[in-house]
This record gives sequence, C-alpha cells and structure tokens, in this order.
Amino acid sequence: MQDYAQQVLEGSPRAAARLISWLEDEDERALDVMERLYPHTGRAYIVGITGSPGAGKSTLTDKLTFALRRQGLTVGIIAVDPSSPFTGGAVLGDRVRMSRLSTDPGVFIRSMATRGFLGGLAKATGEVVKVLDAFGKDVIVIETVGVGQDEVDIIRLADTTCLVLVPGLGDTIQSMKAGVMEIADIFVINKADRPGADQLYAEVTTRVEQDAHLKERAWTPPVVRTVAVEDQGVDRLLEAVHDHRRFLEDSGALEDKRRRRAREETLQMIHGELFRRIRDRLTADGELEALVDEIAAKRRSPYRVMREVIGRWLKE
Amino acid sequence: MAQERKIKIIVAKPGLDGHDRGAKLLARIFAEAGMEVVYTGLRQTPEMIVETALQEDADVVGLSSLSGVHMYFFPRVVQLLREKGLDDVLVVGGGIIPSEDIPELKKAGVAEIFGPGTPTAKIVEFIKQNVRRRD
Ligand SMILES: Nc1nc2c(ncn2[C@@H]2O[C@H](COP(=O)(O)OP(=O)(O)O)[C@@H](O)[C@H]2O)c(=O)[nH]1
Ligand SMILES: [Mg+2]
Repeated sequence: MQDYAQQVLEGSPRAAARLISWLEDEDERALDVMERLYPHTGRAYIVGITGSPGAGKSTLTDKLTFALRRQGLTVGIIAVDPSSPFTGGAVLGDRVRMSRLSTDPGVFIRSMATRGFLGGLAKATGEVVKVLDAFGKDVIVIETVGVGQDEVDIIRLADTTCLVLVPGLGDTIQSMKAGVMEIADIFVINKADRPGADQLYAEVTTRVEQDAHLKERAWTPPVVRTVAVEDQGVDRLLEAVHDHRRFLEDSGALEDKRRRRAREETLQMIHGELFRRIRDRLTADGELEALVDEIAAKRRSPYRVMREVIGRWLKE
Repeated sequence: MAQERKIKIIVAKPGLDGHDRGAKLLARIFAEAGMEVVYTGLRQTPEMIVETALQEDADVVGLSSLSGVHMYFFPRVVQLLREKGLDDVLVVGGGIIPSEDIPELKKAGVAEIFGPGTPTAKIVEFIKQNVRRRD
C-alpha cells in the first residue's frame, strides 16, 4: 500500500486528493493516515466565507486568494455545494469563478458535495481542513453552501468567519434569523456597486455599534465594503482577517477556539465510531431486523431495545 | 460502513467560444444520474482541466467542444493526464465533432465521442460501465 501520509507531507497533490476522497467516502483506510498526519496539523489559519447563494462568495474567495498569494502565502480552498436529496448527485460550480487559480501550485482547490449533511458544510469538511493543513497550506478558505441562513457550523471550524451580505438579495437585518448576525467576525457588504449598498452598510454598521454597547464583546466585527468582481475592497478585507487573527492570538482566544474544536471533534469521533460498530454488529447477523419486528409488533419498545443494546455493548 | 461511492466527473469546455449551454446541461444530466459534477466553466486550457481533475480526484473528464479545437485539446488532455499519472481517468468527448475525426481521437486515448443527438441515457450508461474502480 502507498504511504499517503508521507506523500501528503511531501506535498503530493495526488495523495492529498485521494485521501480526501477516502474521507468523503468514510473509507476506513483514512484513519491510519489521518493519525499520522495529525501531529503536522494546527499551523494553517482557517477562514470561512458564508452568505446567501449568489452573494459573491466564490468570487470573493478567488480574489482573496490572489491577495494572499501576493503576500507569499499558500492557500487551500474547500468549496461546498449541496447534493440533491432526490438523486444524490450534485453540480459543484464554484470553480467557475476560480479558474485562474487552478494551475497555481501554491493553491489547492477541492469541491465538496454535502451528501445530505446539513448546516452548510459536508460531513468531512473538518477532516479535509486537516489534510490541507498537513499538506502545508498557510491559509485555508472554506466557502459554505449558502442555501439559507442556518449555516452556523462554519464558526466551529473557522478561525475567522466572514458573513457576505448583498443589497437586493433580501439581506436585511430584519429578515435575518436569530443568531445569524452573531456568526460574523467580519461583515462583508459585497456588490457595493449595486443600489442599496449604502443603506445596507449603514444598517449593519448601526447594528454592530448597538451590539457593542449592549454586550461586552472583546471583538467588534468590522464592516467591509467590496466589489468582488472588480477586486475592490479585497485588500481591506484581507487586512480585517489579519486583524482578527492577531486579536485571537493576542487574547488567547485562538487557543480556546482550537481547544473547543478538539473537544467537540473527539466526542464526535467517539460517537461516530461507537455508532458504526454497534450498527455493523446489529446488521451483520440480522439481529436488527428481528428487533424491528418485535418493535413493530409492539412487543417491545424502542426505548427498551436501546437500553438493552447499549447495556450489552458496554459490558463487553 | 463506508458510504456509497459516487462517480466524480469534471465537465469542461476547452477552447475560446463563449457558449456553455450544452456543457451546463450535461452537468445537470450527470448530477441527475447521481454523479458529483465539477463544472469548470468556459475557456479552460488543458492544463487547467488536468489540474482540476487531479485536485478533485475525478474519475471522469467530460470535454465539450463546439469550436473545432477538439483535435488539439482532447488528445492534449489525455496526454497531460498520463504525465500526471492519472491514466485511469476516463476521458469522453462531445459536441460538434466530424465523424472522420473520431478514430484518431480514440487512438489518442479518448474513450468515446458522443455526437449532438446522442441520448443522454446512453452517455450516462457508458460512463457507469467504463469508469475506473477506485481503490
Ligand atoms: N455587480 C456585482 N456582481 C458581483 C459581485 N461579486 C460577484 N458578483 C456576481 O454575482 C454572481 C454570483 O457570484 P458567486 O461568486 O458565484 O456567488 P456565490 O454563489 O455566493 O458563490 C456572479 O455572476 C458574479 O459575477 C460584485 O461585487 N458586484
Ligand atoms: Mg459559490
């Protein structure tokens, strides 16, 4: 078998790409490779770009990446698009806006389909971040799905989350669901060339100022205006990202964030693995179907079955 | 239990003409067939297409050409894929391609060429039959 861990560390894009596929497929072979890569993670800085469909996330990602490259930094991009719940297929179209980056050896772009995972990311996105981190990318940019306003998963994964709002797409403060404003470390008002941009900018700025008075927050999110297609305001956005990074590092918040991430991740891994093992055991010899028969015939309740299965498993 | 393996396909439109309706439609058809389709947009160079295939770990590259550049672009993509060690990636082509060009394209390593009237089910079936088994 090929030594994918070594190859990823040596910078083989092919090994990184295949490992990512294994992670997406939940292929068990990925586990050993990830274990070996893990000591080499934690270096990359992770930026999330979220916002409604068509807000300009991909265009911004493209321009932001060029700006990072000009600063001599290498970049990994993870662009997530939704899978169809009906066919399981997906059209992953974000690369259209990033064409010129595809031949830059300092950039690695991976498109991911959600495969039924909710929250704006794919299930394996966190693992893919680690691969690109170990692969040596300095900054990792994650573009979320942008299907709605429930994409809060990104704040668990990203060090800095940029919320992209645009005039005319229904992005008004009133229409925003509770909790959405709170995910932003940086607000981006994109399509600032469009009518209504000034008003949206004023609205968001006012809201940020109000929040600063209402709650004790060590970081006040800046509001940055951009015209992504014209590459306007992107340097300012990048500056804001660097500012936020410095704030997180100096205040110790970055360490806290990463600690929290490690805790959640560990619990999630245990959860996933336990579930997988119990399910595999129950399905291997038809026991699950027998239990379902009992439940369907109302001879036993699912609560009882759950307790018995887990009790038995814990004793072993 | 591992997830069901999805076929990942790059749909690319090499050359300079500015029509992508056909390629977009193909992308949708493949997605409807349950594949994960990376749509790359217009004016792709062979280098861009092959780097994309590499990073995305694509099983299939689907090339669409209307502008008569296929005799250069299609074999070039195959050649670059081979240079990158991606020789198990299935390359198929479509668009407006004169039938007398087809033997040469196939000799160059393009697995199949689908003319404008080909039923889409046939294209999907061909891909499913001939795609690599990823290890
Ligand atoms: N007028 C204007 N259009 C933009 C701007 N940024 C992006 N767009 C366009 O908005 C559309 C959607 O952009 P895209 O980056 O794909 O958005 P995403 O769905 O959020 O990734 C594209 O047609 C872009 O060219 C901008 O600043 N101004
Ligand atoms: Mg996008």
